[in-house]
Formats: sequence, C-alpha cells, structure tokens
Amino acid sequence: MNDVAHFAVCREPFYQPQGKEIELYEAAYAARLPVMLKGPTGCGKSRFVEYMAWKLGRPLISVACNEDMTAADLVGRYLLDANGTRWQDGPLTVAARLGAICYLDEIVEARQDTLVVIHPLTDHRRMLPLDKKGEQVAAHPDFQLVISYNPGYQSLVKDLKQSTKQRFAAFQFDYPAPALESGIVCAETGIARELADQLVDFAQAGRRLKGHGLDEGISTRLVVYAASLIVRGVSPADACRMAMIRPITDDIDVIDSLDHAIAAIFG
Amino acid sequence: MAVPGLRNIADARQRLMASPESQAAWAALDCGFAVVADVFDECLSAAGQVLTAAEMPEYLAAARTIGKLGRGPEPLLAFLEHWPDVARQVPQALALPALMAAIRSLQKSPNAPAVTPLLQTLAAVIGQLRSADGLADYLRIALELADRTSGSIHGHQITEPSPALPEFFRSAPQLLAIVPLAGVRQWMLQGIRLTAQHPAQQRDYFALRTPESRRLLERERSGTLFADVERRLSLGLHALWADDSLLVPYSTAFAGHRQQPYLAADGLRLPDVLTDRPGSSGLARYRLMLAHMAGHRRWSQPLIADNWSPMQRLAVEALEDARIDCLLLRLYPGLTASLLAAHPQPLPGSCDAACENTLRHRLTRLSRACIDPAGTDPDPLIDEFAGRFRHCLADGAASTRAVAEIALAYAARSRLPSDQYARVHFADTEIDYRDDNRHLWIHLEAGDEEESFEPPPSAAASEPDGLPPRHYPEWDEAAQTWRPDWVAVYEALHPPANAADIDALLARHAPLARRLKRLLDLLKPQERVRIRHQENGSELDLDVAVRAWTDWRSGHLPDPRIQVSHRTAGRDISVLLLIDLSQSLNATLPGGQQSILDTAREAVALLAWAIDELGDACAIAGFHSNTRHEVRYHHIKGFSEAWGDPVKARLAGVSAGWSTRMGAALRHAGRMLSVRRSEKRILLVLTDGEPADIDVSDPDYLLADARKAVGELAGSGIDSFCLSLDPGADAYVGRIFGRQWRILDRIERLPEQLPMVYLNLTR
Repeated sequence: MNDVAHFAVCREPFYQPQGKEIELYEAAYAARLPVMLKGPTGCGKSRFVEYMAWKLGRPLISVACNEDMTAADLVGRYLLDANGTRWQDGPLTVAARLGAICYLDEIVEARQDTLVVIHPLTDHRRMLPLDKKGEQVAAHPDFQLVISYNPGYQSLVKDLKQSTKQRFAAFQFDYPAPALESGIVCAETGIARELADQLVDFAQAGRRLKGHGLDEGISTRLVVYAASLIVRGVSPADACRMAMIRPITDDIDVIDSLDHAIAAIFG
Repeated sequence: MAVPGLRNIADARQRLMASPESQAAWAALDCGFAVVADVFDECLSAAGQVLTAAEMPEYLAAARTIGKLGRGPEPLLAFLEHWPDVARQVPQALALPALMAAIRSLQKSPNAPAVTPLLQTLAAVIGQLRSADGLADYLRIALELADRTSGSIHGHQITEPSPALPEFFRSAPQLLAIVPLAGVRQWMLQGIRLTAQHPAQQRDYFALRTPESRRLLERERSGTLFADVERRLSLGLHALWADDSLLVPYSTAFAGHRQQPYLAADGLRLPDVLTDRPGSSGLARYRLMLAHMAGHRRWSQPLIADNWSPMQRLAVEALEDARIDCLLLRLYPGLTASLLAAHPQPLPGSCDAACENTLRHRLTRLSRACIDPAGTDPDPLIDEFAGRFRHCLADGAASTRAVAEIALAYAARSRLPSDQYARVHFADTEIDYRDDNRHLWIHLEAGDEEESFEPPPSAAASEPDGLPPRHYPEWDEAAQTWRPDWVAVYEALHPPANAADIDALLARHAPLARRLKRLLDLLKPQERVRIRHQENGSELDLDVAVRAWTDWRSGHLPDPRIQVSHRTAGRDISVLLLIDLSQSLNATLPGGQQSILDTAREAVALLAWAIDELGDACAIAGFHSNTRHEVRYHHIKGFSEAWGDPVKARLAGVSAGWSTRMGAALRHAGRMLSVRRSEKRILLVLTDGEPADIDVSDPDYLLADARKAVGELAGSGIDSFCLSLDPGADAYVGRIFGRQWRILDRIERLPEQLPMVYLNLTR
C-alpha cells in the first residue's frame, strides 16, 4: 500500500500554462515551500498539481477536505484487528514518509482546528508529531504540501486562519484567456477549433453575469463538458444548456438571457 | 310652397332636394331641421356609394328614428355624416341593429344625451374595431358603464345620468388606439371602482385627464411590456455586450409622435411596450434595439454635422446603421433571422418617384440590400452601392467615415428632383429597432434646423425636504388587480424628545424588568450544535468510542470522554416592531389618566430593553397615514443602533394622529426586514384598530390589501404577528393575519404582556 509507485502520476496530464506558473512552481518546489493555489472552481488548479507532480516525478497524494474530517483522518490512527491494534498512517503521514506531494483540496471545508496539524510540516521543522504513537516523523526531503481553495466561495463564513495562510507561497488562478481556453477545450475533447471558440465566447458571456444573478462564472471544466457532449453528437445549443446553464442557475431570467446568448452565438 | 333659391326657415320639410330620389328620401326622413336639410344631399350621395339600394330604406328608417329622439339635430347630423364610413368597414345588416338597440336603450334612460357623442365618435371607433362583433362588444361595454354609473336616488329607478358615459364615448377612439377592447373594459371597471363616489373625478377619469387613469390604461396594453422583461434585457446586454448601462423606458401611449430608442448619457432609452408582430416578437425587437445601440457604442465614431445637408445625413445614418447591423451579425450570427424579420423590405415600384419624395424608400432598400447576405435589389444603382458597402466591410470593421463616403456618393448619384417634395413616402421605411442616431453627430454651431436635445439649464431646483417618497402598489380585492404605484410612503427619523422620560418609565417598571431578566436568562437560544468529548452526554460518539477502545486494547490510557451532547447556540432573529400611531391612540384608558399611546410607549420601551438584553437585532418604527398620498413611516430605532439615548429620545417623542393605512406600512417594513440575513425575521405589529383611511370608503378594501401584504411578507420569509389593543378585533384581525395575532384586552397590562408575547414568539 505505502509504496511510491501506487501514488505515481504515470501519464502526462494535459496542462496548458497560462503564464509563468510552471517555472514559479519549480522554484517553490526546489525551495520545498508549501504552496497554496487560489482561484474559482473548475479553472485548472487540481490539474496543475497533477501536472507538476508528473513533471517533477513525484508521487501525488490528494485529500478532498470536508467538515467532518478530524486530525486523525490526516495523520493516522490505531485500528482494531484480530490480534489487537495496528497503527494506520493517514495520507499526510504517508506523504511525509514517502516524499510525495500532498494535495489538500478545498481546504476551507475542513475545520480550522483540524488544520493546525499541518503547521509543524509547513515551517522550518518539516516534521509531523504522531502523539498517539509517540513518534516524530521527519518529512522526507522531497515532501511538499499543496493546498487549494476558492476565495470567492463561502469566503464570508469560511476562511483560513492567518497563522495557516502565512505558511504558504500562493498562486492566483483564473479562467484562461479566450484563445488559450479554446485551445484547452480542443486538446481535451478534440472538438473543432471554431466550435471551441464559440463555446468560449458563450462562457465569457456567462461569466459577465457573475454578481448579476450568478454566484460563480461558467468554469472551464463546464466548457469542456459541453464540448465532450458535442463530440458525442449533441447539438451545440443543447450541450450548452445541459452542461453550462442548467447546472449553475435556477433563475428564470438568467436562463432566458443565456438561452438568448446561445441563440445569438450559435445561430 | 317653397321658392327655389330662398331658404325657407319656417319648415325644412318643404326644402327642395337635388334629385327625385333624394327628395323621396328626404320625405321619408320627415325631418324639420334646416341644418340637416343643408347637408342632406351630400350625405345621401356619400351613403349611396357604400350602401346598396336594398339597404337604403333601413338606413333612412334608422336616420328617421335618430332624428326624432328629441335631442336636436346633432345626433342625426353625426349619423348621416359618419354612417357611410362605418358601413364601409362593417356590413350594415350586422352593425345597424346593434347600434339602434343601444340607442333605444339609452333613450329610455336619463343617459339619452350620450347618444350624440356615441354617434360622433362611431366612425373613429369602427376604424379601430373593424368588425361587427367588436362593435357589439363596444356597445355592450358602454351600456354596462351606463348601467353602473347612473345615479339613483331611492334605489329603485335610475334618475341621474352617468357622468362618465359621454366622456367615455369621446375618449373611445383614443382608448382603442392604445389598448384592445378587453383592456378597455378592465380599465373601465377600475375607473368605476375608483371614482364611484365622485362624479367630478369620474368625469376626469373617463376623459383620461388624471394620471391614474392614464397609468391604468397603459397597464392594459397588449404586447411585451418593458417592465416585464427589463431584467432579462439588462442581463442580456451585460452578457453579450459587457455593457451595464441603465435601461430607461419612455412612454409611448400618449406621445404625439413616434419616438425611436436613443442613447443618452445616463442610460439606453427604450419604448415601454412593443407589440408582437408576425415573425418578430416584442422581446426579440427589444434585444435587437439593445444590440444595435451597443454596436453603435462599440463601433461608431461621431461625425461633424454642420457641412452636410439633412438629406446627406439621412443617407449617412442609413449606411452607418447598416454597418452596425452587419458587424453585430458578424459577431452574433444567430441574430440574423430576427434582424431580417424586423427590418422592413420595401417593394420596388410601391411608390411613384414622379410625385412623392422617395429618398427614405430608396435608403431603406439600400440598407436592406447591405445587411441581407442573400440580398440583391432590382435597382442597379442600389446593387452597385450595396456591393461597394460589402467590399468596404470585407476586411475589418471599416469606420463610420468610410461608409459615410459611400453614403454621400450614393446620395449624389441617386438624387431625384422629387427629393425636395414635402410629400414623403413613409410606408415600409421605419426601422424601429434602430435608434435615432443622436450620438452620431457633433454640431459645431447650434443650427436653426436642428432640434436641441439638451434643454437650457434651468434654475437649480430647490432641494426637497427629506427623502423622496417610495411608491407601493395596493391590492384591489374587488377587481383582483394591483393599483400600481398607488401609495406614497415618506420615511424619516422621528424627531427626538427627552430620553430621560424613557429611563423614568423603565425605572417605574423595575420589578417587572427584574422578573423579565430572570426569564431572559432561562431562554434557550436555537440552533443545535454538537459538543463532542463529553464524559456525560446524550449519545455515544462512535468515532471517539472506537478510538478509546483502540487505545485501551493497545495498552494506552483511553479517553473516557466518549459521549456527545447538543446545545443550541446563537439566536439569529431580526425583529421589527411596527407601531400604529393613528389618532385613536390618543384616547385615554377607561378609569385612568394615561392614554393608550403612553401605555404602548411603556410596553415598547420594555420590549426594546428585553430584546437588547437577548442580543436580537431589533428595529422600531411607527406609521400613520393621511390619504394614499402621504403615508408617514417614522424610524425610531434601526437594526444596528444600540438601545441608547438617541433611540430613547425618539421613542419619547412619538405622538399620534391621522389614520391607519396598514398595507403600505407593512410593505415598507417588509422591505427593511428583507435585507436582514437572519434565520428568523419577525414583523411585530402593534395596533389598536382596523386599517382605515379618509380617502377610502370601502372598509374591506384596506383590509384585503393588508392581508395581501401579509401574504407577500410570508412569501419572502418574514413572519408577521399582530398585537391588537382593540377588544373587538376578533371580527377582522384574523382576516389579515391568519392565526398570527393576539388581542391584549387589558391594555394597562401591556407593558407586562408585550415582552412575554415576544419571548413566546421567538422561543
């Protein structure tokens, strides 16, 4: 179970750089700085981590955070078995031992007191105390911690503590520029470039409604969904409605305006 | 015996007519009015062109009846003059019996004088109705109006004529030009209800002289109303054009001339209603208007107008508009179908260049040929210039100046002598989704021919006192409709008095306050929260229990705190206490010197203190009304204000007067509450009587409106609760508040009861 090959990223994931983020990440990794990825949902944060793990040749351990997660879920716990008890490392401990990149996705979903366990790993100490086991795990020299969060979303009620925030170097992600984005859609789905351009035009129209009836813009992920529906023979208008409008809003006026935008763009 | 050439004033019956047939007809008419005799020949020959010989006797018989109504010559003159126009549009056999039946019915009532305006406007009305069924419905509506607005002194017999009916007939052509017949009827019913008690108001309403009357009529229009689609339009403009301009409607119903949309500095102006046309819905045309104006904003550069003639400018505007349309279709090809459907397609040969000015016609054809991808025009010149236009736009967006050159060349080449004529061929040349291009021209000098769009700066208007009123609709239960913008609510901070008075009041109730305080401490807040790691709790916490068991098995000291319990944390309540401040609060309590108002003030002070202790967000406001034009809403405490001296001073200053227009106050209070983000939002109304106001005679009207307001509040998640000080309130308070009310029968105990009610309500 705890072997490097199990967590290795074998195939190169497609990632389209938007700027200098690859070089910057490499520098941060070289210095073993913990990294924070910020940006709206579906703009490529997780894909970027996957790509960097592949590029750096490091195994990747991802954890999707949630509100019920406890420190033991990250660090590890004793389990019962037929002969008594047995220690089971949590994902964070495994990553620290193996020298993997540990990626905590949507970190604000976890409770703030849970997150304090990452603090000793993310400063000069680079070690993880397992108090139950009485062990101090010194992090492998290749270990790195990466977290992601979406500042726009529920940021009023959920936010990171300053003491957590100030342990990370941060990247700000956003939806790619239109030309890049349609390139991504083409590469992901093999759709015709012209159609990808139209899909991105429509996504742009939808993003302008953020704050005017939409809580979040239409993500690149949804554009890719729409394109993969089109590749399977769905008409562009239906694909846009199904993948890009219906999931994000129930507001009739917004739906109607976006339907009109589809009609205007796709004819 | 009459002498030819001399007017025999004594008896018009003896008058000589031009032909034997007309002489016979004149004899059949048996009419003694000289003014009728003067015009009879012409009227008869006009009728002869429309009516068949078989229809003539019926026509003359009807005219004879009308002539003998005893209303003077006017009804007969109107009938003779207008009937040919009517019969041209509706067969006489269908129209005349209906008309005569209506006239007979009016003649039998005090409303007989209304026959004259009925006949005078009949031709214009038929021009709008265009069918015998429509005419029958129109007459039925008129008779219904007569029936419902005629006065009766003893309740048995109609004795007073309807003040509304003649005005209705006079304004009928205008009404029907704006709204369909069903809308006219709705408008009429509302008018009857609104003005039933006031003949003078009724006359003004049906003559369209009052703003309400116009406003209500505008609402009956068919088609796409701007107000209904405003949000979609502004979202669409935002999404497709990244333009967040304000959209402002202008009224079209009563404007004398047709107005096009236009770009103004403070927003895009659009008509307030668009009728659907085959192939092009109102909404689609609204969207084209926005796209076209947004296109101008994106691609047009202004030109200097002074050196060009109006005709040259017309040509430049036509081609620049075509350029904008082409560019926007290039960007959004999906608009092609609706844009081509909205662009008129004037037919070649539909006008004669020899006798009328065809410049607009030619430019519209050129514009059509330019924007229609498949468009060609039989006129080689138009075709050539459409080709030049397309070539100019072939690579890139070109520019306003580039197409202006093409336009000037076309204006010069296609020029005709008739372009100077005043008689312009307008048919099919009005492209209503295009704006008036006022943004396209820069005028270096104020010319005498140019309309000046900017009025000269007037003397600074005086600053109004306080905030402008906020208008709310009111629900008309009988008509099942909203009366739009009916009530004006003025809000202001209540003027303060002496805060120490309230402190003295509270001190007087100190024992009660102590009792309340104990109760407040006991109050359990809501919202359940899990408390883990409890040695004694309500349930086993499985996760922790397993961990403890594991620890124990592996030889560690297990954690005994393996239970979980719940507690409730945080009250999330916003409450608005709305106090009725009408005149009746000044009454003194039986057997005491204190007025109801003073008692209510004590109770409110105690409650506000209690709520402050609890930490709930609380606002206090008072209201009273003086007709629908003046509902006063006094802020006494705001949600974020602390229970301190300024608030106490305002509460000490409240005084009572005027009436209780509850619905508007509820709506306004609801608006204050609806922006609160609390889990529970409560509107607590403290009143001493049922809704009433001096301009409303129907007691049920304000009651039904208040009930509607409560329903609206419930719809937006606000609980309303009424505390009534009227012992007889059972009869009506339930009709407004459903089950959310309580009568406080012993008013002197109000200071004690009010906080208790609140605690019960929020427990």
